[in-house]
Amino acid sequence: MGKIRINSERCKACGLCLMYCPQGSIIFSDKINKQGVKPALFKEGAKCAGCAFCVMVCPDCAIEFYPDDNPEEEQNEKQ
Amino acid sequence: MISGRILTKPKSLTDVPTHYCAGCGHGIVHRIVAEVIDEFDIREKVVAVAPVGCAVLAYDYWNFDTTESAHGRCLAVATAIKRTMPDNIVFTYQGDGDLAAIGTAETIHAANRGENLTVIFVNNGVYAMTGGQMAPTTLIGQKTATTQNGRNAACDGNPLKVLEMLAVLDGVVYLERVSVESPQNIIKTKRAIKKAFGNQLKGRGFSMVEVLSMCPTYTGRSVEASVRWIKERMSKDYPLGVYKDRV
Amino acid sequence: MKNNKPAKKHLMTGNEAIGEGAVRAGCDFYAGYPITPQNELTAFMSYRMRQKGRVFLQSESEISAINMVFGASVAGKRAMTSSSSPGISLKQEGISYLAACRLPAVIVNVMRGGPGLGNIAPSQGDYFQATKGGGHGDYHMIVLAPGSVEEAMALTMAAFDLSDKYRVPAMILTDGVLGQMMEPVEISRYRPKTSGFIRKPWALTGARSRPAQSIKSLLLKPGALEDLNIRLQKVYAEIKNKESRYEAYYCDGAKFIVAAYGSVSRVAKAAVKSLRAKGRRIGLLRPITLWPFPEQALKRMTRKAKNFLVIEMSAGQMVEDVRLAVEGRSGVHFLGRMGGGIPSQNEIEQEIARLYR
Repeated sequence: MGKIRINSERCKACGLCLMYCPQGSIIFSDKINKQGVKPALFKEGAKCAGCAFCVMVCPDCAIEFYPDDNPEEEQNEKQ
Repeated sequence: MISGRILTKPKSLTDVPTHYCAGCGHGIVHRIVAEVIDEFDIREKVVAVAPVGCAVLAYDYWNFDTTESAHGRCLAVATAIKRTMPDNIVFTYQGDGDLAAIGTAETIHAANRGENLTVIFVNNGVYAMTGGQMAPTTLIGQKTATTQNGRNAACDGNPLKVLEMLAVLDGVVYLERVSVESPQNIIKTKRAIKKAFGNQLKGRGFSMVEVLSMCPTYTGRSVEASVRWIKERMSKDYPLGVYKDRV
Repeated sequence: MKNNKPAKKHLMTGNEAIGEGAVRAGCDFYAGYPITPQNELTAFMSYRMRQKGRVFLQSESEISAINMVFGASVAGKRAMTSSSSPGISLKQEGISYLAACRLPAVIVNVMRGGPGLGNIAPSQGDYFQATKGGGHGDYHMIVLAPGSVEEAMALTMAAFDLSDKYRVPAMILTDGVLGQMMEPVEISRYRPKTSGFIRKPWALTGARSRPAQSIKSLLLKPGALEDLNIRLQKVYAEIKNKESRYEAYYCDGAKFIVAAYGSVSRVAKAAVKSLRAKGRRIGLLRPITLWPFPEQALKRMTRKAKNFLVIEMSAGQMVEDVRLAVEGRSGVHFLGRMGGGIPSQNEIEQEIARLYR
């Protein structure tokens, strides 16, 4: 269990994270980012099983994973 | 499940947005290489040799010493760097044209000499940087800018099997073919690349990992199509697995 | 002379002298591929480098060798490769990359008859290739042309220092005669270099205690490649200003000057000596750096010399640089032998007699 953070400005909307999230928790956003695409977005209220497939598969390092059971501080929101 | 570990950008990767197309396998392989280098804590010893191809700009994305090389000559450059600085960790990162067309002689001879090098061979079956021409690893029937009716064995030959060819050479200690179209295979790719770097650290000799990689722009025109291309077509002609492990 | 004994001399071929010069200059890395007439150099390096614990590699091709030299140079090492005309053609891309990346290296061309596979007789047909490019783009190598076996050793040692100093590749341009003939060399005059090596902070030795560095010549940002070229041209201007070398044999006040380099200069010198003994006011200009070409020296000589005779083992390549430097102030004539032919002293004397006024 955990949380992911998607850098919506780095995302190129390749869709690999959507394809591989076993929970189906990732969708494309409605808003267009600076690259001119609709970036990936973690669905509001959706479940994260902590598999980190999305992190592994992202070619742009646009996803970070924060496990619930790690006491370390989260990093600041990336722009 | 991955618990306990925060996963963020590896130290050995810079924070520069890449020029690679959406869904291109290069970004995944760059990150895997960076993670392995971080895990071995060898960033300060690494000297990488970048190819000519889409990954020519790899030096902008890696946070360790990187040199370019003339097209195909990475393994000659790497041989000399490693021979003159044996305590450094030297690897090449090459595409299918660089390693298996123009660089064939350098590849075979570095392998034959058993140079203690790590070679990351990114095989996407096409010359993407220059507009999608046929590569040595293009599949039969695959349409490219120079095989507009599909590759034809009679005039273009068959897809070249580099790992299979290199396996007979005594100087080679480890060859594995992996792919990055799914998380499961990405995990295996990382394991293989870690082994290939580990071999160099232990002085074991020539290790190459061939990574089947997506090129959405030239195979299928969508990311899903290029993922399917690897699952359904490429991995049939280029079966994944270990081709040599003489350790 | 030490203790009134004559200094010890070693009888060596030009090829060996070049090799020994490289080793004494601290060459860390050599890669080469067999090709006549420089095989003795590759063979010599194969045992001498290994004897010294340095790296020798017989590469799979001349292309691989120049790229290995690129790699060794990237690592901050002194590196050399050698070949002969057709093999040097193969190295041109690599040389252009060395120049663009500002990497030092020494390349030896023991010229043979061409074009094509040619023959294994001596030639000077690669002058254009060496001095005007050969590889693509605006760049230059420092080109040194020895006239004797001992000078071959001395210039090879100098080539490493010049190459490191300016971060420009350097070429030893010689031919099959000099490569294979033997002359005595007083080796003790050429101390092995053990200190005074130029620091190379740009070398890729691993990002320890400094930011990661890269070496590249692909400069896509608008203006970046032009900037590199401007910088290179500045370096070349400095080299032209400071590193031009030549031998002027009785050129002061000479009415007629013969210009020749390498093996041909030796035959030309014999002709000049013989004609001077008969009262002719004639001298010999022997360029030692073919690039930078000794234009200023030539310009000065046009004050007294009415005619120049350029002699080469080619269809006429250096003669163009002589004409450019002379700028029409004196007559410039050419005598050449091609395809491995060597001009004889007789031929030269006859031609001078025909032209001398």
